[in-house]
Amino acid sequence: MSANVSAPKPLPDDYLEYPLRRYGMDHERYAWSMLPQRKQVAWPKQARVALWVVPALEWFPLNMAGVPFKPPGAMQTAYPDFRHYTLRDYGNRVGIYRIMKALQRHGIPATVAVNAAVAVRYPSLIDQCNKLGWEIMANGLDMDHLHHGGLSAEEEKKWVDQTLSILRKASGQAVRGWLSPAKSESFNTPDILAQAGLDYVCDWVNDDMPYPMHTSSKNLVAMPHPVDIDDYTILVNNHHTENDFRDQLIDHFDVLYKESATEGGRIMPISLHPWVIGQPYRIKALEEALAHIMSHSGIWAATGSQILDAWQPQAT
Amino acid sequence: MTGAARAPATKRDPGFYDYLPYNDRPAIRWPNGARVAFWVAPNVEFYELNPPRNPARAPWARPAPDVLNYSYRDYGNRTGFWRMLDVMKRCNMRGSVSLNVAMCDHHPEVIKACADEGWEFYSHGTYNTRYLMGMNEAQERQVIQDSIDTIYKHTGQKLDGWLAPALTYTPNTMDLVADMGLTYVCDLFHDDQPGPVKVKKGMLTSMPYSLEMNDTIVYNVNLVSPRRYGDILKRQFDRLYEEGEHSGTVMCIPLHPYLIGQPYRLAAFEEALSYITGHEKVWLATGREIAHYYNEHYHAAFTAAGQSVGEAP
Repeated sequence: MSANVSAPKPLPDDYLEYPLRRYGMDHERYAWSMLPQRKQVAWPKQARVALWVVPALEWFPLNMAGVPFKPPGAMQTAYPDFRHYTLRDYGNRVGIYRIMKALQRHGIPATVAVNAAVAVRYPSLIDQCNKLGWEIMANGLDMDHLHHGGLSAEEEKKWVDQTLSILRKASGQAVRGWLSPAKSESFNTPDILAQAGLDYVCDWVNDDMPYPMHTSSKNLVAMPHPVDIDDYTILVNNHHTENDFRDQLIDHFDVLYKESATEGGRIMPISLHPWVIGQPYRIKALEEALAHIMSHSGIWAATGSQILDAWQPQAT
Repeated sequence: MTGAARAPATKRDPGFYDYLPYNDRPAIRWPNGARVAFWVAPNVEFYELNPPRNPARAPWARPAPDVLNYSYRDYGNRTGFWRMLDVMKRCNMRGSVSLNVAMCDHHPEVIKACADEGWEFYSHGTYNTRYLMGMNEAQERQVIQDSIDTIYKHTGQKLDGWLAPALTYTPNTMDLVADMGLTYVCDLFHDDQPGPVKVKKGMLTSMPYSLEMNDTIVYNVNLVSPRRYGDILKRQFDRLYEEGEHSGTVMCIPLHPYLIGQPYRLAAFEEALSYITGHEKVWLATGREIAHYYNEHYHAAFTAAGQSVGEAP
């Protein structure tokens, strides 16, 4: 690729107009709010940190279109890309069971983000999650149904309704949480999620605590679900070692735990991809980080709905 | 490559500075025998969710709305900034804020928190999603004047420094900021000491700012781990401290609250900052303080010592 050295096109004068330059945000989706100025949150049983583990059960179709972009984990080679298809599917057959075992050792429940396609294809996996008392959270239809600005509101509503109907039927759970595939949204997504009866969404990475989002119907709560410290980012994207991943989880927890002494309850979310962390050579990093966290007093291992229900009455 | 193949109205060399070898230049002595002038430049930024498109660059990697990347930047103001501020206070380190000046309107609480600590404000444009490429001189002057006026109105400070928004430029940028009274720029990366920038009018100094130490480059481009970043900062400092005995050096840590304020990155940074600020012969300075000291004592000598650059074939 050669650099573009031609002189750039002139800009119209209205490029220097800023109609949304005002106090607060440049949109109406949520209010501007500073973490240290909020009312402190108290967790059940005087817990200091709510530990929230969120594995994702994903299905990447072999012939995925990647519209409007290829999500992380997408097929990469010319069709048929058997190697990436099967490696992603490894997570649902093998990796997730290693995660289950690691969490069971400490009695930690998970909130599992599930593509509806996984529930239809592997119903026994959903049964397993139910048996462990895990919460099922919706993660869209599959990794090739990205919600985005080019999608009509009608089509997007259809996708959301279909996802929820499949997951609610498969799990028997209310399914109150939503994670968009690749955290991709349209401008309408929060409105559509709230209308479909969802209580919380995990796409926004701007906070360490829950906060209310404004929608056309009821309030929807944004739950903290960071992407830059998940297993995919650290291990696959950044090429860090397993010990580095463990250390980053530990450093993350230590700062939050320290803050919780003076700032009120905190949340430690751990987002996982079973096809990444569930590999034999990697799983110990998670086990060691969990052992570090669970060796502290005042840890409340909870599901997203439990955290939401504890937080909601305290939110003013 | 022949001249005929080159695009019209473009240059092969920015023409900002003469050649001045590191081993043969006037020696810098910082105040109080300091070896290193150390400054920290937090980039306090506002990224718009759906800004107008500059034909030369899309504001976001994904089509609008890029919820993931927008909200990641927003983390800095809601959350990360406050953690970073606490670390700076614990280390008695003032910041020199690289400011998207629209932040004064959107989040004045952040501005006040910096001002309360005696931090400097310099300009990083209006928004980090409004780029300079393609602006004519009148438009670019309007952007610079907006920065001068907004920073004065909200902080009472005279604007001295410039880091172009999202590192975007026109061929006029350096001339215009100097002409409008600014005294230093952070956009040039050719040296570990300040140096004169050739401009049509005014006196402009290039302040070492360092992309190598910048948490965006470290974390988003080089993808290093937080503990490794701490090690990088200490190694950089150790060498500049050693060399500063001969002639004073400058070390800058450019930061972004959305990156450095993440819990898992905080402790390693604090350890490195505490290590650096704990040294005896360090001048804990702001960009403006270094620029003014340099302009008064060394700008002329460095200009005189510059060797003119030969014409490349």
